[in-house]
Amino acid sequence: MAVRRLAEKQPASFEFTKENLDWAKKQIAKYPEGRQASAVIPLLWRAQEQHGGWLPEPAIRHVAEMLGMARIRVLEVATFYTMFNLEPVGKYFVQLCGTTPCMLRGAEDLKKVCKKRIGDEHHVTKDGNFSWLEVECLGACVNAPMVQINYDYYEDLTPASFEKLLDDLAAGKNPKPGPQVDRQFSAPQGGLTTLTEVGEKK
Amino acid sequence: MAKLIIDGQEVDVPPEYTLLQACEAAGAEIPRFCFHERLSIAGNCRMCLVELKGSPKPVASCAWAVRDCRPGPNGETPVVNTKSLMVKKAREGVMEFLLINHPLDCPICDQGGECDLQDQAMAYGMDKSRYVENKRAVEDKYIGPLVKTIMTRCIHCTRCVRFATEVAGVPELGAIGRGEDMEITTYLEHAMKSELQGNVIDLCPVGALTSKPYAFQARPWELIKTESIDVMDAVGSNIRVDTRGREVLRILPRTNENVNEEWISDKTRFVWDGLRTQRLDKPYIRENGKLRIATWSEAFAAIAARVKRAGPDKTGAILGDLVSTEEAFAIKDLMTRLGSANIDCRQDGAALDPSLGRASYLFNATIAGIEEADGLMIIGANPRREAPVLNARIRKRWRAGDFKIGVIGEQADLSYDYTYLGAGPETLATFADHKEAKLQKQIWLIGQGVLARPDGAALLSMVAKAAVSAGALKDGWNGFSVLHTAAGRVGALDVGAVPGKGGKTAAEMAKKKALDVVFLLGADEIEIEPGAFIVYMGTHGDRGAHRADVILPGAAYTEKSAIYVNTEGRPQLANRGAFPPGDAREDWAILRALSDVMGVKLPYDSLADLRRSLVAAHPHIGKLDQIVPADAGDVKKLASLGGKTEKTPFKSPVSDFYLTNPIARASATMAECSALAAGKAREAAE
Repeated sequence: MAVRRLAEKQPASFEFTKENLDWAKKQIAKYPEGRQASAVIPLLWRAQEQHGGWLPEPAIRHVAEMLGMARIRVLEVATFYTMFNLEPVGKYFVQLCGTTPCMLRGAEDLKKVCKKRIGDEHHVTKDGNFSWLEVECLGACVNAPMVQINYDYYEDLTPASFEKLLDDLAAGKNPKPGPQVDRQFSAPQGGLTTLTEVGEKK
Repeated sequence: MAKLIIDGQEVDVPPEYTLLQACEAAGAEIPRFCFHERLSIAGNCRMCLVELKGSPKPVASCAWAVRDCRPGPNGETPVVNTKSLMVKKAREGVMEFLLINHPLDCPICDQGGECDLQDQAMAYGMDKSRYVENKRAVEDKYIGPLVKTIMTRCIHCTRCVRFATEVAGVPELGAIGRGEDMEITTYLEHAMKSELQGNVIDLCPVGALTSKPYAFQARPWELIKTESIDVMDAVGSNIRVDTRGREVLRILPRTNENVNEEWISDKTRFVWDGLRTQRLDKPYIRENGKLRIATWSEAFAAIAARVKRAGPDKTGAILGDLVSTEEAFAIKDLMTRLGSANIDCRQDGAALDPSLGRASYLFNATIAGIEEADGLMIIGANPRREAPVLNARIRKRWRAGDFKIGVIGEQADLSYDYTYLGAGPETLATFADHKEAKLQKQIWLIGQGVLARPDGAALLSMVAKAAVSAGALKDGWNGFSVLHTAAGRVGALDVGAVPGKGGKTAAEMAKKKALDVVFLLGADEIEIEPGAFIVYMGTHGDRGAHRADVILPGAAYTEKSAIYVNTEGRPQLANRGAFPPGDAREDWAILRALSDVMGVKLPYDSLADLRRSLVAAHPHIGKLDQIVPADAGDVKKLASLGGKTEKTPFKSPVSDFYLTNPIARASATMAECSALAAGKAREAAE
């Protein structure tokens, strides 16, 4: 965790697109009159999605106006939740889990890969493709070490497979999410070791 | 009522009490930072931990209700300990946590000597810390010209955030970030816009928010504290004036539940630099168009000669907004002795007349009465600008729910929701013969914007009629309430400082050739047309002094002992905190000396004598801090007067909150605030 500040360079304005605006209105309508502020997180999230993965200051203002909230109240929410990115991120935003299980399974090495390939945290590569951030537990400890890239988890990584993953993404390929080793979800590597007869006819 | 055993002593307290309140009722002292009686409960500082028997951990007493304490297994009374070893250790632990990141800069901190953290660390803390890591540092924030921030000192009690949101009604402070990185700030460090923002300085338990103008001026123990009364508006906020030598260094609120609770407006709090600048400290006489310094006897002789030549019918007096009751009484006495009926305390031309009874010009519902009311009609007033502390009381009532507010007049942001009914007399007229409203205790708040206009008298009568027909006057409840803007107005009306038989009003006196000699007692908001000889008695080189032919330097409100009657009709005594500068004297003494030279000697040689005469003539002024209820029958009589009204919309007399009187106009701080507020208004208009 670190001090989270709004990015220095901000766009001049922010408006929801037509579809997002309709969607936002539906979200707001879920809550009773006078409780519109409850929709602040979905709206901010949609604004972040619309704005290339990060939340600009005009969007915070826009959401505050839509919900009739004080701006500072929305800023409080946006700075509190670390899933709101307050500064630009790459096209592929790598969130690298550095919590104990992943760390024990080699997250430190993955960090080195990130530093080598992308640079420091909070830094976007020149081509705009990558940026990375170390985050706390993403809840995939059984497949440690892992990273989340945009909406997908890539698990059971080694420095080599992680580099290949980044290469594939840079090349515009669609690498398969999930474990990058020979196993399905969190099932044992190299095939089942127990309950092998389940589902088989005798 | 619920029973509790606190420190071995059984107490009986209401079940809705918190444990903290119950402990205080039992006489135990509970340290706290985030808890504040007038704010919502946050429960985040953990300093108020107490031991509750049956609970494995200490509980935060501020956030634990008495009704939540469960009896023992055999129905025993719940037991609370505030002096046990567990509590001692808990407090020491919390204090150690609070001090992990709190800088040890007490020697250069303005809060030093009156700091809750300092005091409580002494009383409840350990003598050492186990934390050796570097302390965190936080960037200071700009939140306006009044409140200085040293955010490293912040302990995140969020009192300021809750105050801005709840009491001031301008949610502009917030806590961004989280955990160790939490920071208090305004949105993008914009200046705060509330006119009550200075109160966060008092609320801040540490030195994170301090007074910018007072920064590094003094230590609290060097200051002489004088209890006084504020004159910036007609609320009569109770204040404490802190002085060193002859200078006022700061002004703080005093608690008075009936008037200002514990809040004061920014104008009240920060006006003190205006007491130092532009002061009149010597008598002046205008010779060949230029003012020159004179002696008191020269000035008096010049005035006496002019008054003699003019004769009583051509002599008059206009009283300003800050005139104390004693001065009003003395000048009224002086004019009577001269044989002149030309005296007026209503320089704005407000149609208030003491002959109609006190009820016609008082805030009869009383300020504390706002909390009992269930309906409020605001007519031609902007209480947020005219009386911010009273507005906070309205907001407090509104937040409690079931409170209907209607507004006729300007449609402004009052910090609460209201039904906007219309702009002017036509809307008001629709209420004149309205059927009785269902509300039990209504307040009809009449601003000076209704009264200070040519048809003011007719409008006052119309409001009275509307209030009576709506049922605002019941047994034991008089909702007819005039909100004054001038601190001295009610006192002056009480002593009858209005034109006598055949006398001229302020507006008539200001006309060309109406008078030969005009006494202005701190009257700066009125333009006297050329021709008359002007005697200005006042404190500041403001509008009145520029126009004057003789200037007699007087004492400001902090420099004299005086009685001020607030808008409710509550006489309150202000004590002298400092002495007037140079040759300036207390105003009543000037009038007394002048009367001698003019040959109509006033019969009091001391302030005590003057007060004795004043109270003999007007007994209710002698009952300090009490309201003598006015006769509600007068409002009914007022309602029957009628009159012709015009169609101009109502307009609040206070267009610039920060610059309403000569002291505020001399203050650099107020000028800065005013400019900032004007910039804000421009921004919003664009």
